[in-house]
Amino acid sequence: MILVLVEHDRGRTNELSLEALAFGRQLAERVSEPLHALLVGEFARPLAEVAHAFGAEVVYLALADGLEDYAPLAWARCLVDVVEREGATCALAAASERGAEVLAHAAALMDEPLAANCIAVEPADPWLVTRQRWGGSLLEQARLSGRVRLLTVAPHAVLAEEAPSPATAELREVTPELTERDVEVRVTARVERGAGKLSLSEAQVVVGGGRGVGGPDGFQPLEELAGLLGGAVGCSRVATSNGWRPHADQIGQTGARIGPELYVACGISGATQHIVGCKGAKRILVINSDPEAPIMAQADYAVIGDLHQIVPAISAALRSARGG
Amino acid sequence: MKVLVCVKRVPMTGGRIVLTADERAIDTRFLGSAVSPHEECAVEEAVRVVEAHGGESVVLTLGPSEAEEQLRDAMALGIDRAILLETDGRELDPGETASAIAQAVSSQPFDLMLFGNEAADTGDYQVGVRVAHALGLPCVTGAKELEIGDGRAAVRREAGAGWEVFEVPLPAVVAVREGINLPRYPSVPGRLRAKGKPVERSQVAGSGAGLEMIRLALPEDRGKEVRVLGRGPEAAAAVIDLLRDLGMV
Repeated sequence: MILVLVEHDRGRTNELSLEALAFGRQLAERVSEPLHALLVGEFARPLAEVAHAFGAEVVYLALADGLEDYAPLAWARCLVDVVEREGATCALAAASERGAEVLAHAAALMDEPLAANCIAVEPADPWLVTRQRWGGSLLEQARLSGRVRLLTVAPHAVLAEEAPSPATAELREVTPELTERDVEVRVTARVERGAGKLSLSEAQVVVGGGRGVGGPDGFQPLEELAGLLGGAVGCSRVATSNGWRPHADQIGQTGARIGPELYVACGISGATQHIVGCKGAKRILVINSDPEAPIMAQADYAVIGDLHQIVPAISAALRSARGG
Repeated sequence: MKVLVCVKRVPMTGGRIVLTADERAIDTRFLGSAVSPHEECAVEEAVRVVEAHGGESVVLTLGPSEAEEQLRDAMALGIDRAILLETDGRELDPGETASAIAQAVSSQPFDLMLFGNEAADTGDYQVGVRVAHALGLPCVTGAKELEIGDGRAAVRREAGAGWEVFEVPLPAVVAVREGINLPRYPSVPGRLRAKGKPVERSQVAGSGAGLEMIRLALPEDRGKEVRVLGRGPEAAAAVIDLLRDLGMV
């Protein structure tokens, strides 16, 4: 049996977990084993239907005191319980913050290896996995041993497609034995952040600045262009490390991953750290004085020259094109 | 307050990754080395915690002999001393790495053990969690804010449109993300002092990898052709044409 942990936040699941279900189903078909899914906490009960639609024949719903909200170690304990009791050959989750965390705890509890950020699995003997390094800038082929194979699925490794025909629905409630230690680390409070600012990951136009911008004041023309295009301003790691911009504005492996219709990269050389964050953009327009900069390999369009002249010129032209 | 921070030496990859001939490593002949961005912030956080609460900060790495460079860098920022768990150059898997770290610190307990959330190169997201299990400590990952007080750590991490708050009693393991702070630059006196600070070395050998690298490969190129719209501010007109095509004018 292949077991997929379906992650959720108080009953709301996410795209990456659906991808993990689809990944698990493809794997289950290849090894001719059934696909099962695990939900943790009463909030998740309605998600059983979703898991069935994705081909999970049996859905386990773990219920116990302390599972009212997210608790990484307790969730891992639930996973390990089902793995041991029902005899899973492989357990997987999305390589999201929670998925990666729960699988890491499960791996530690079972003392098994864990392959993170997988994009493909070859269930030979031993299992071969292809996984991402450097945020996807490099791929690794590796042997994964273990009594139970544990892995997390990299974002967008597969499409989140439902099964051609949904599985027969069976929901089994399970009661894991949790100690106080297991629920010691859990979400104890939530703080909403102030609304208002367009988030980088949702913006349809992003204007990004890097070393070439030269300092915090240099971002003003970028702000202006982004404003005219109804977009958001981002930056490379150089700009956050120098304190020019807050870290929340960083696009990259350790910052935001963006996917706008248009990304305008100004004075950014294109280190792999940054490319990981912006390669999801549908189109990339590079404004750079160096036509040989590595970011050109990612560009659809380029303007060669000094961004300090070019960006204001674009804003001015945009204003006059709009008749004012 | 005794604070440990664990770091990993990784190549500074720059714009283009080139592999060695045997496709088992990145060709680092022309590259410098650094620690992962999350870990730079973990080092800064360790220094700040000790500045605020007193005590001692220690940096630990597991890696080749050359990783002493990264330990000196951390000590230049204010870390007091260092532990180098020296490998023969083979990359240990996350399970092996965690066992070696847990064993090394079992005789010298810490109140707070800081890790980067995941290493920049292998992105395993598990060494800190495994160390916590080996030592029987609670663990929080993804920390973007850390507050220490009354023998407890309060951690905030990003979740959708807000923050999730976790609280743990110390001793504990906390894995931090870049953005938790803005690391300081090393000062010249800091660099000089770092030269004289002690590095405790010991050899480690792996116990056998459960996740064993076979080879590395570069993902397929996007194969895109770049269209140069022009040079200098005169190219603005061509940009407007493009924006018009995209329905943005």
